[in-house]
Amino acid sequence: MERPLTQHIQPGGEPLSLAEYEKKGGYQALRRVLGSMTPRQVLDVVSKANLRGRGGAGFPTGTKWESVPEGAPKPRYFIVDADEMEPGAFKDRYLMEGNPHQLIEGLIIGAYTVEAEAAVVFIRWEYTRARKSLRKAIEEAYERKYLGGNILASGFNLEVQLHVSAGRYICGEGTALVKSLAGDRALPHAKVPRQTQAGLWGKPTILNNAETLCNVPHIISNGPEWFRTLSRCNDGGTKIYGASGKLKRPGLWELPLGTSLREILEECAGGMREGLRFRGVLPGGASTDFLVEEHLDVAMDYDSVQKAGSRLGTGTMIVLDDRTCPVGMVHNLEHFFAHESCGWCTPCREGLPWAAAILKALEQGQGRAEDLDTLGQLTGRLGPGRTFCALAPGAMAPLKSALKFFRADFELHVAEKRCPWR
Amino acid sequence: MLTDLMKRELLAEIDRTETRQAACIEALQIVQRHLGWISNETLREIADFLNMTPDELEGVATFYNHIHRKPVGRHVILVCDSVVCWIEGVEEILEHIRATLHIEPGETTSDGLFTLLPVQCLGACDNAPALMIDEELFTNLTPARFDEIVAAYRDGKS
Repeated sequence: MERPLTQHIQPGGEPLSLAEYEKKGGYQALRRVLGSMTPRQVLDVVSKANLRGRGGAGFPTGTKWESVPEGAPKPRYFIVDADEMEPGAFKDRYLMEGNPHQLIEGLIIGAYTVEAEAAVVFIRWEYTRARKSLRKAIEEAYERKYLGGNILASGFNLEVQLHVSAGRYICGEGTALVKSLAGDRALPHAKVPRQTQAGLWGKPTILNNAETLCNVPHIISNGPEWFRTLSRCNDGGTKIYGASGKLKRPGLWELPLGTSLREILEECAGGMREGLRFRGVLPGGASTDFLVEEHLDVAMDYDSVQKAGSRLGTGTMIVLDDRTCPVGMVHNLEHFFAHESCGWCTPCREGLPWAAAILKALEQGQGRAEDLDTLGQLTGRLGPGRTFCALAPGAMAPLKSALKFFRADFELHVAEKRCPWR
Repeated sequence: MLTDLMKRELLAEIDRTETRQAACIEALQIVQRHLGWISNETLREIADFLNMTPDELEGVATFYNHIHRKPVGRHVILVCDSVVCWIEGVEEILEHIRATLHIEPGETTSDGLFTLLPVQCLGACDNAPALMIDEELFTNLTPARFDEIVAAYRDGKS
């Protein structure tokens, strides 16, 4: 099985230096792109590869790059979302700590394709090791003339900066991230015009997740057909899947896109720890709907997970076992989302703390029968289309699905006036 | 007071950005690295330096999780209280920290050595529970392991 993204990473070891990365064939794709391909040709290759965004939304990368209008103003900006703040996700950290040049090479190729001459890697403060490895990689790439003016004598220029965020989940929303880079509160704003037309400083701006960009050099080197054969579905490539919770071997694995939940949880993660049973899983991070036992054979690709009623999201799974309280788990999640709401729109600012307060009351034995109806109503009123951005609808996903699959547990909290797990 | 060194670092940051305000999040972090936290007086000085009003900068400073608008101890303990650490028993760790350091989240030990703060998922879910002390990540926590880690900081590891 091929593992292009992780094959050279030493788990727990030092990041690949520039020299080591080059020895493994690194920057050959960039040399080919700058030496013999037009931006249009690169775009065609990436489009044909069926690469979809690995940050959560799953938007096709080629389509995103293509949406920068022809003749759009310059400078154009290229941003790497390396902020990975979705609870349960730790895949981008692994890629950046292990092989930072793979990301930098993908970034340069992407910037060349959309004719951007300024790029920002937006990374969370907490990722101190990844910050260090990226800072060094960027310096090395400048020294070797992969960055800066007239890269490899191609006439293409690219300046890259590392922005260390001071911490806020809402920066995962593209329009909010751009506000943050302008030195403002990260409040989402209208999506029309699109960021690819008018983003950072009102100029065309592309925003890609770190894992997404790591795929790009491999697509150039090996071709779109090869990339599509890596997966077990229509979308191309491998996926870094992660799994955490009370499993025997929590961790992450690079596998064909479309590997089943069962294979990941039972074979890779070794199944549940002794004496525990599987009850459910958030398949793609905190903002995705629970899947349960009947879904274990679902293929972990964008379309299949959606058909099953959830989202692939980041592909990093959080497992609920039968000795952990589902109400307590959802309370923890809603507490997080309430804290991370930017406060701009009323349903999110007021609704999320309300949901968290009800769940806390249930946990403390002060729940009332009508609370379950209120929670149900909130999942609708904070759902898609009711709020300014996707934060609150994402927050409602685990709650709504928990009310569906674990309703008896909620009712037990009310009936017994306590949390039965405590 | 902003020292010359801090101002030089701020200017280097301003150099990289389109506007002076665009440097403000990095600026707050730079000054906080030197002073530990952002007092009202410091906030006004930074705002002035960036051609922002104090209110504008306050809006930014209070928005982001890692800008301290209150004094903190010599070391900041950031305990992940997000979902996977919760499943893996972070409540027990927090209980232990309360009992041994005699502080609640948001408080500083009386000797000024440690401040305890909750933090959002640290992306160490495969080795939960996790915490950070200053810029260092510690994983697979148990109460005993926490005691060892804290002892090392008490002995002067910085």
